[in-house]
Amino acid sequence: MDTPSPTVPQDRDDGRNHPPHDTVDLPAQLPSALAQATGQSGVSSPPKAGNRIGDTLFLAASRGSGILLLCIMAAIAIFLGWQASKSIGSNHGNFFTTFEWNADATPPVFGIAVLLFGTVVSSVIAMAVAVPVAMGIALFISHYAPRRLAQPIAYLVDLLAAVPSIVYGLWGALFLVPHMNGLTSWMNDYLGWTYVFGQSDSVAGSAPRNLFTVGVLLAIMILPIITAVSREVFRQVPRMHEEAALALGATRWEMIRTAVLPFGRPGVISASMLGLGRALGETMAVATVLSPSDKLNLHIMDPGGGTFAQNIAAKFGEAFDNGRSALIASGLMLFVITLLVNAGARMIIARRKEFSGANA
Amino acid sequence: MSAQANHRATSPLAGRTLTSGRLPTWAPAATAVAAIAVGCAIGAGAGLSSHIQWGLIAALLFVAGNYAVAARVEGPRQAKDRLATSLVWVCFILAVIPLVSLTVYTIQKGAGVISGTFLTHSMNGVISSEPGGGIYHAIMGTLEQVGLATLIAAPIGLLTAVYLVEYGRGRLARTVTFFVDVMTGVPSIVAGLFVLSFWIIILGFSFSGFAGSMALSILMMPVVVRSTEEMLKLVPNELREASYALGVPKWKTIVRIVIPTAIGGITTGIMLAIARITGETAPVLLLCFTTDVINTNPFQDAQESLPLYIWHQYSLGNDQTYARAWGAALVLIAIVMGLNLIARGIARWRSPKAGH
Amino acid sequence: MAKRIDVSGLSAYYGSFKGIEDISMTIEPRSVTAFIGPSGCGKSTFLRTLNRMHEVIPGARVEGKVMLDDENLYGAGVDPVAVRRTVGMVFQRPNPFPTMSIYDNVVAGLRLAGVRKKSLLDAVVEKSLKGANLWNEVKDRLNKPGAGLSGGQQQRLCIARAIAVEPQVLLMDEPCSALDPISTLAVEDLIGELKSQFTIVIVTHNMQQAARVSDRTAFFNLAGVGQPGRLVEIDDTQRIFSNPSVQATEDYISGRFG
Repeated sequence: MDTPSPTVPQDRDDGRNHPPHDTVDLPAQLPSALAQATGQSGVSSPPKAGNRIGDTLFLAASRGSGILLLCIMAAIAIFLGWQASKSIGSNHGNFFTTFEWNADATPPVFGIAVLLFGTVVSSVIAMAVAVPVAMGIALFISHYAPRRLAQPIAYLVDLLAAVPSIVYGLWGALFLVPHMNGLTSWMNDYLGWTYVFGQSDSVAGSAPRNLFTVGVLLAIMILPIITAVSREVFRQVPRMHEEAALALGATRWEMIRTAVLPFGRPGVISASMLGLGRALGETMAVATVLSPSDKLNLHIMDPGGGTFAQNIAAKFGEAFDNGRSALIASGLMLFVITLLVNAGARMIIARRKEFSGANA
Repeated sequence: MSAQANHRATSPLAGRTLTSGRLPTWAPAATAVAAIAVGCAIGAGAGLSSHIQWGLIAALLFVAGNYAVAARVEGPRQAKDRLATSLVWVCFILAVIPLVSLTVYTIQKGAGVISGTFLTHSMNGVISSEPGGGIYHAIMGTLEQVGLATLIAAPIGLLTAVYLVEYGRGRLARTVTFFVDVMTGVPSIVAGLFVLSFWIIILGFSFSGFAGSMALSILMMPVVVRSTEEMLKLVPNELREASYALGVPKWKTIVRIVIPTAIGGITTGIMLAIARITGETAPVLLLCFTTDVINTNPFQDAQESLPLYIWHQYSLGNDQTYARAWGAALVLIAIVMGLNLIARGIARWRSPKAGH
Repeated sequence: MAKRIDVSGLSAYYGSFKGIEDISMTIEPRSVTAFIGPSGCGKSTFLRTLNRMHEVIPGARVEGKVMLDDENLYGAGVDPVAVRRTVGMVFQRPNPFPTMSIYDNVVAGLRLAGVRKKSLLDAVVEKSLKGANLWNEVKDRLNKPGAGLSGGQQQRLCIARAIAVEPQVLLMDEPCSALDPISTLAVEDLIGELKSQFTIVIVTHNMQQAARVSDRTAFFNLAGVGQPGRLVEIDDTQRIFSNPSVQATEDYISGRFG
């Protein structure tokens, strides 16, 4: 009877219980063949010392990159805050309630009321139009479209998500604006009583370079990105949950409502926030379409108003020292708003985590 | 029949019969045709000038018609299902129209403008209202700015991702992850303002292509970190352990095993990030200024870029400049789409194949 | 309540591939019928044709007749959604809706059917969970997520969800294959109780299980590699396990292949 071959003392569970990417204590001596196989050139030199230096350097480099990234974020906050405080200190108007933007006048008077209003209104319109439509297209691609159609459409949507915003702006100004004429006057005629969708008599018939058109253009712009992310989420819904709903006698729509939408909700929220972030910060598409003014007007069909980003792009060319600092202050406000929106979305997602389906 | 009715009244689950009224399969298509016809008739009859309205009326009729017919024939649950189906189709068509229009219109307007001269000449000495001139200086500027931004952002982003996936434990990693998220949300114009305040106002440098590159790299970094992170996480742990078991040090395992395994996905992510910043206008508007002449030195003086050129030509506002803007827009789209297609090609080519 | 199923000449396809061929059998009401056979022989495919779940896979289709008492499930004008309301199904892996509480999971089918009355829903939840032998374990945490239960409890929750809509027939696709022995025992006991009300069809890989729970057993086998699956024989469970009429059945049961 043969003696059993000596087994290497080895912890069989090592692979599973080990923390995923922990450092592994390396054997002191590397057999030269192994070193060759793994591409190590200097076989004769004591490997251990060299490895330690290599490891240290590499760790330092990668950790340094992470720290550098943090420094950049800190620098953004510090420099913007510093410049902003300089200009706000000199402001003779109230930064939050003043309508006009005369930062280089003496005394400087400027405020973000109009910009805040315009940014919020155009983004709200964009979200109201884009989110339902994007979810529709995402469902179309993941659950409704004939299989042969779905793949090319998904591809097309991905490509459209990459079209630069300046191109959307150009198209919006030269193609969409003239085509919005009829819709604008029609809405004025029939929805004018809502006040919001009405037009002042003085501007009737002028080109619809207004917040509503901006909102529609932003919606078209953020549609592909929201669609692309939502589609991925809907596609990841486990088949067994869909079958569970179907086996209960659900129609296709009921299956989507019970299995697909609840599962996809966090993903759709983050997709929408991604879109909202772009809409809030979008510069060029707004700058080309809107005809700005420093009036806060609740008639969103009237030309006029402005957004943070559009105002910066438009006023930057002729701004002097204080003008620039004032624009930086408004940029900081935009940054803060974007941060708040993102934080809000995260909280919504975290609160529903127990039911998120991530643990299924 | 009356027994059936009784059963329906008492049971919460109405409708136990398997056969219920069913619409023929061509019904939705027929409704669509009818809705379009009636929509056009109403539009033409009422003299509505905007075709957007015609389309909206037809879409509304289609959804309502489908629901009404299904509700009569098939019952409320089926009708809701039909309603959802028709809404999804309408959403799809509503969205496809503007997106296709954008593509077609750009090609239509831009294709006529593009010529050898357009691609190889700058705007130097060209009167804006006259034809002629080109985008050579803008293409050069874009290539240099994007190239520099990639040189800054790609290594930092890659190393940060390596840190997060391979080393990241504890508070620093969590903080970095959090701020990468925050950075993803930085609006492009804010990145521009930051470099403006830091580089130009405080350090006193002048406008240059490089200043634009710095802002673009800030926008690019979080995208590279995120996509690289995802790709590194996909590398199976067994590979790392196999390498450690051979006595290969950790850093060499990462450089020789982990990164090469994920290189396809990493490259794809970087290419998509490049495509994204190539079209960014706002930061370059603040930092590169604008010029009509060729400036191949990104570190000194104003430099043009393609998005900037489009904006500049648009704001000059006459037919000739609009035409040039469309031409440049088409070239810009072509570049971005090209980068996207290359990225996808790499992803497909390097994707892990099942079995060798 | 329970109905008889009469299958004749049924074949099922995945695209151009024929998964099962020409199956005919009768499934008695208020009894448990078990399907056994080697992997890939089409047991699950056949089971899924009994409530028209087969066709939710893209490209899949069915030929033949399935009579539920006197109605053909594949007849003209039959609504697959109505079929699935009548023929319930429990899957291999427990699949409670992860986004719903235990309570909401049980009443999911009723809510779909438009039942909103709270008192009625409460009654159904208690009745179904008791019917699934789960009531005592979960009655204090009905509003907790269903995905938080153990595997065996989740599977009984899925059974409760299926019987809450009062189907005529209950199909079970290897309901215990993802469960530990104790949970398996609980589900098997439950199957024994449920057969007084429902026609139960169960697919299983475990022959002891088939012998324990079923009244009748059907043995499926492949005609050959790449060939469609066929029904070899169906008979009383006792006969199948003691004295089958086909040699292949005996070979399979005695462990000579499969």
